[in-house]
Amino acid sequence: MLFKVFPGNELETLYDILAGHHLVGPQLRGTDLNGQELFAFDYIHSFTELRLDFTSTVHSLKSFILPPRETLSSFTLTNGDWEKHVDLGIYKPHVFFGLHPCDINGLNKLDKVLTGPVYPDPFYTGKRKNMFIIGVNCSPQPWCFCKSMGTDTVLSGFDMFLTDLGDRYFVEIQSAIAYDILTELPIVDPTEADHRRFVELMDERNSKFTCQVDNSDLTKILDLEFQSPVWQEWGKKCMSCGSCASVCPTCYCYGVKEFVDLDLTNATKQRQLYSCNLIDFAMVAGGHNFRPDSASRLKYRYYHKHRGFQEAYEEALCVGCGRCGQACLAGITVPDVIDSVRRQEVPK
Amino acid sequence: MEKTRTYLGVEIKRPRTAFFELSSCEGCQLQILNKEASLFAFLDLLDIVNFREAMSNGSNDYEIAFVEGSVTRADEEERLLKIRKQAKTLVALGSCACFGGVNQLKNRFNDLEWVKKEVYGDFPIETQKVRPLSDFVTVDLSIYGCPIKKEEVEEIVTNLVLGKSIDHPRYPVCMECTANGNICLFKLGEPCLGPVTRAGCDAWCPNNRVGCWGCRGPADEANFDQLQEIMDSHNIPRQAMLDRLECFGGFSSAIKNMSE
Repeated sequence: MLFKVFPGNELETLYDILAGHHLVGPQLRGTDLNGQELFAFDYIHSFTELRLDFTSTVHSLKSFILPPRETLSSFTLTNGDWEKHVDLGIYKPHVFFGLHPCDINGLNKLDKVLTGPVYPDPFYTGKRKNMFIIGVNCSPQPWCFCKSMGTDTVLSGFDMFLTDLGDRYFVEIQSAIAYDILTELPIVDPTEADHRRFVELMDERNSKFTCQVDNSDLTKILDLEFQSPVWQEWGKKCMSCGSCASVCPTCYCYGVKEFVDLDLTNATKQRQLYSCNLIDFAMVAGGHNFRPDSASRLKYRYYHKHRGFQEAYEEALCVGCGRCGQACLAGITVPDVIDSVRRQEVPK
Repeated sequence: MEKTRTYLGVEIKRPRTAFFELSSCEGCQLQILNKEASLFAFLDLLDIVNFREAMSNGSNDYEIAFVEGSVTRADEEERLLKIRKQAKTLVALGSCACFGGVNQLKNRFNDLEWVKKEVYGDFPIETQKVRPLSDFVTVDLSIYGCPIKKEEVEEIVTNLVLGKSIDHPRYPVCMECTANGNICLFKLGEPCLGPVTRAGCDAWCPNNRVGCWGCRGPADEANFDQLQEIMDSHNIPRQAMLDRLECFGGFSSAIKNMSE
């Protein structure tokens, strides 16, 4: 990897170079009851909107790469026949300015499924290949357990990655385009002092993680505790509302629905992101529901993320961003659930 | 001459359709006439033969009857039975027809004579306890909401005309609310019935920063025990939650279980 340094006040130059594109970044949405700032990824229209110092966003990046509703194909119905149109939407390159390591790791995990050799998804792949990603280092929040998931740092899946050294940015460069763009800035090689400052900052960041999950032997423990009564306890709390999956950067399950226009001459097939916690997720034709109770649905969500995916890809389908726990009104968090399975006790 | 319409080579008939109202504000029927951009295409799907709010000269020869409103008088009960007899498909249109709606708030007073006196003074009208259509007749299809959402009605009517199945979402509003990228209203201190209310409205109220009042009634197997805990942990008084649950009548059986 190539490392460079540029002065802090040149960040706006970098923004200006990219501002002609669809540019998405973290921006302030409001404050909660306790005065805590709430952020969202959205289109940025001026440099002042871009908040690289954001804590984390309430929703993940998913609406830009795997939207909650997406038209897969449209149909023209004429003379008793039909014609199919597919628009992969590949003509809209996007710049993502300010993704934390967890979110880039989330994309890398989705890639394994959605751009993999078995069932590549052209809609996702089209967007993914048209992304220019600028990562940025974060400050750990009380709900972040990425360190436990091994996703607190990121090695690939971005074009450049920024770390604020105070008055200058330390930048890791991973693509030729990123390098070309940076040559328009007064970049220099990092000095020995820059190296030391970078390592210092990383040590400081590492010391700030307060939330963790013990993942050791987790696939085995989950196998052993399939019938554990703790799942029933969590099931009682679960609202089966799907909020956890909605905000999750790696949940990709969906259903497909057909819509016929009012004039009966056009129709569309739409993908709608779904959640395995929703009551009819495992309902099949004829009305049988394989997971009619919230406990078994919640359990399967954990088994998919921390056991099934782990076995298939040797990593969990979770980046430890903690958004699900923040979004859950019932207060169900990944660290609490996994801890309860290990200890066979659900916190009150 | 009307030209025949086809869908994938199959002839599609415009069903003879009537709209009726019992006790209601007729706002749901007004919704049927809203969304002008697609109104002609919508009206083209149906052969509307009776619609007091939109046309004169009604006919009583129809296949589909949309009935708005709840039953609060004996003559309404009689009318409803007559509609049921004629209609092949009876659709409960809006929360009043489905659950009693806002009207059923009067049911919480034990002394209905007092209610009558308060409302009508010296001009009393014969009224009874408010009840939904399903208390009297078989309802083939329910369209929830106060008011109904026209986009949803368009989809339902299209499927009805094409003979496709009509499935309401079984999950709560939160799924649509989070899909829209909203920030949870509980985070902002506002009570919301989104976690227990049937989706399908595309989180209409939360999208506009108004907490859900549950006009569409409960989602399948809504978790009311946990709703209480959520309200408690957000310091929202029990009464504020009950006021919302009681408002449209969809949660009456849930409230009964709560007080037990």
